[in-house]
Amino acid sequence: MIDKVFYVLSAATIICASLVVISKHPIRSVLFLVATFFLISAHYVLMNAQFLALVNIVVYAGAIMVLFLFVIMFLNLNKDIEQQQGIVPWLAAIISAGSFLLITMAALNKTELLSASKPDYSIGLVENLGSILYKEYLLPMELSSVLFLIAMAGVVLLSRKEKIVAE
Amino acid sequence: MESTAPEIFSTIPLTHYILLSTTLFVVGLIGVMVRKNVIIVFMCIEIMLNASNLMLTATSAYYCNPGGQIMVFFTMAVAAAEVAVGLAIIVMIYKNLRTTNIDIFNKLKG
Repeated sequence: MIDKVFYVLSAATIICASLVVISKHPIRSVLFLVATFFLISAHYVLMNAQFLALVNIVVYAGAIMVLFLFVIMFLNLNKDIEQQQGIVPWLAAIISAGSFLLITMAALNKTELLSASKPDYSIGLVENLGSILYKEYLLPMELSSVLFLIAMAGVVLLSRKEKIVAE
Repeated sequence: MESTAPEIFSTIPLTHYILLSTTLFVVGLIGVMVRKNVIIVFMCIEIMLNASNLMLTATSAYYCNPGGQIMVFFTMAVAAAEVAVGLAIIVMIYKNLRTTNIDIFNKLKG
C-alpha cells in the first residue's frame, strides 16, 4: 500500500517540477511550484518528519510563493511571454543534466548503504527537533535571526529611491 | 518516547529517495540552463534547493540522526532570505532595463 503511495507521489512531484520548467506563463509556473512544494511536504510526512513538513508549507508555500506572485504581478509579466527558442538549447541542457544523473546513478550503484545504528524514529517530531535546536544549535539559530535582519535591511536599501547627486 | 518505525522504511529503500531527489535536482538544472525569464530561473533554483532538502531529510530519517533535519531547517531560513534579496534585485534591474530576459543582465555595471 505505502509503496504505491510513494511511487504516485514521486511521479506527481517530478511531473509538477517539469511543468514549472516547461510552462510559458510565469503565473502557471508559480502555481505548479506550489504544487511541488506540497508534494514534497507529503514526502516529509511519509518519513515521519512532521516538523519539516509544517515548516516547508509555511515558509515555501506561504512566504516565498507570495513573494513570487507579488513580484510577477508587480512587474506585469502576464503578457511578456518570452520568444520561442529552438530545440538546440533544450537538447544541450537535457544531455548535460542527464549525464549528471547518469554519474549519480553509477556512483549509487557502487555504494553500499549502511543501516541505522540506533533506531529512534521519533526524531522528526516538533518536540525532539525543537529541543535539539535550542540546546545544541543555539548559536546558529540566533545567527539566522541576524541573517534575517541583514536581509531585511538589504531589501529596504535596495528598493529605496536613489537620489541623484549633483556633481 | 519510542515510536514504531514508519512502514516506509521497510518497504522503500533509501536508494529510491536519492534517485527521486537527484531527478528533481536535474529538472531544476535543466530549467536554469534553458529558460530565459529570470523569475523562472529563480524558481528552478528553488526546486534544486528543495531537492537537496529532500535528500538530507531522507538520509536523516533513515539513519535516525537529527542533524540532517536541523540542516534542512537552516537551509530553509537561508532560502527565504535569499529569495527576498534576489527578488528585490530583480525588481530594481527591471526598473532600469524594462525587461526580465536574463541575456540582457550581462552588463552588471549599474
